[in-house]
Amino acid sequence: MERYYQPEIECAPVEKIKEWQNEKLVRQVRHVYDNVAYYRNLMQEKGVTPDDIRSTDDLYKLPFLTKADLRDAYPYGLLAKPLADCVRIQSTSGTTGKRVVAFYTQKDVDLWEDCCARAIVAAGGTREDVCQVCYGYGLFTGGPGLHGGSHKVGCLTLPMSSGNTERQIQFMLDLQSTILCCTPSYAAYIGETLRDMGYTKDDIHLKAGIFGAEPWTQEMRRDIENMLGIKAYDIYGLTETSGPGVSFECSEQTGMHINEDHFLAEIIDPNTGEVLPEGSKGELVFTSLDKEAFPLLRYRTRDICVLRREKCSCGRTHIKMSKPMGRSDDMMIIRGVNVFPSQIETVLMKQGYSSNYQIVVDRVGSTDTFDVFVEIMEAQFADTVRELTLQEEKLAGDMKLMLGINPKVHLVQPKSIARSEGKAVRVVDKRKLHD
Amino acid sequence: MSVEQISVFLENKSGQLADVCTVLAENGMNLRALSIADTKEYGILRVIVPNAEGALKVLRGAGYTCKITPVLAVEIDDRPGGMARALQVLSAAGISVEYAYAFISHKAGCAHMILRVSDMEETVGTLERAGIPILETDALLEN
Repeated sequence: MERYYQPEIECAPVEKIKEWQNEKLVRQVRHVYDNVAYYRNLMQEKGVTPDDIRSTDDLYKLPFLTKADLRDAYPYGLLAKPLADCVRIQSTSGTTGKRVVAFYTQKDVDLWEDCCARAIVAAGGTREDVCQVCYGYGLFTGGPGLHGGSHKVGCLTLPMSSGNTERQIQFMLDLQSTILCCTPSYAAYIGETLRDMGYTKDDIHLKAGIFGAEPWTQEMRRDIENMLGIKAYDIYGLTETSGPGVSFECSEQTGMHINEDHFLAEIIDPNTGEVLPEGSKGELVFTSLDKEAFPLLRYRTRDICVLRREKCSCGRTHIKMSKPMGRSDDMMIIRGVNVFPSQIETVLMKQGYSSNYQIVVDRVGSTDTFDVFVEIMEAQFADTVRELTLQEEKLAGDMKLMLGINPKVHLVQPKSIARSEGKAVRVVDKRKLHD
Repeated sequence: MSVEQISVFLENKSGQLADVCTVLAENGMNLRALSIADTKEYGILRVIVPNAEGALKVLRGAGYTCKITPVLAVEIDDRPGGMARALQVLSAAGISVEYAYAFISHKAGCAHMILRVSDMEETVGTLERAGIPILETDALLEN
């Protein structure tokens, strides 16, 4: 029997959902226009006023927001509430070292946690469950989001954060965790470690996993399911809109239901910005309908996917998005962390290196490898191994500061990196991430 | 007092050393001395040639990252303990050697040692006081 966290919302008739969206959009546009000068200016440039937005049919009239806007407006430029009304920030690394900071009122935190609770219940979670949260805690939204959702459902929550895998497994065994929340690659790693420690899926009590924050394939899903003896559910979200739980998978596993009462989704042509009809493949754009502190309108996610509203066997009526099939920019997700080539470039430029570099990402077992090859120039060339090793370490250290994850830096000979039309090929991603 | 050494960055791949030597050979550059520092991924080739500026130009033209590094050339006795004595003198003066390599001289009973040190002036003074001859470029190349 399918269970829901908020059945009256999750299974509401589509007309009802549209009605909520129309009302909320009109109110939200007014709220943003009145309180966010940055967006008001964008609207004025386009000659749009809140009066022009009478329903979701008028959404196309509004200007887009991009990551560049978030960077320009950092830190308070998109804040729509007094700081005194805010209770939390979460953050993600930005493209040039500036972070993206999202603000939450208590109501914002509540609705975010509700979204995560819906995902946990859709994965079979109840107050009888023991939910082990191994997403990172802190500024990253993964840990706090699922943690809050788990509380709302009433699960016994294990706030493990990531790392120390043997301890994770010991807790899993001793406290009989039934639900696992983490990145899919970490779930696979837990499975491998479990086996290495001499246990099998029969020794643990997991029944479901809620995995997100990075791309993964159906093949990876089956592997994780077999290793851990669970059903694996996908979850999607981004810090800019709140965090995980913007959409989540149900038992049918044919896409993720978007929490449409809070997030209005569109698919656009990434080149022209034109709204595409349902079922088209394009860039996903979100409008936050309820968020108070950081209400982004028409935020371009850069994720490429398809939206479909079909009758779902789970009974939920909210529209479904496919797994992201790629990006309309050059962002990579490495070990669950967003990485842009421009961030690597910024570090290289600061230290006087050339822009001839190559990022090579691969997956060995369940762990992403992250190598940066940099062509050495005379200005950086020292003729002792000690100095060159220090330079490699300094570059890796600065990249770690910028990204939060540690690359291995390799100095290489000039012109040794493959060129395409005269420019070094910046990214070689050998992982199979999409089906 | 110093001698010009060419240092070249090379990736640790087969054929790299042959390639760089070929470039020098094709331009009539005779190698007087050579040493390589290597790691798993790259190496630093260090050579002494008669015309350092010319070699630098040729290697740059062939796309190598290279530079001229001033090093000290020292004459030592070609007998057991010849090199040890020079190094002991430096060690006693608290001078640390970043790298060193040695080769036989055409002059009977002599060998040459190339040294890279952090403090060139202090090293020169120390060696001179110990009566260890320091060679100028011409003397190094002729013998």
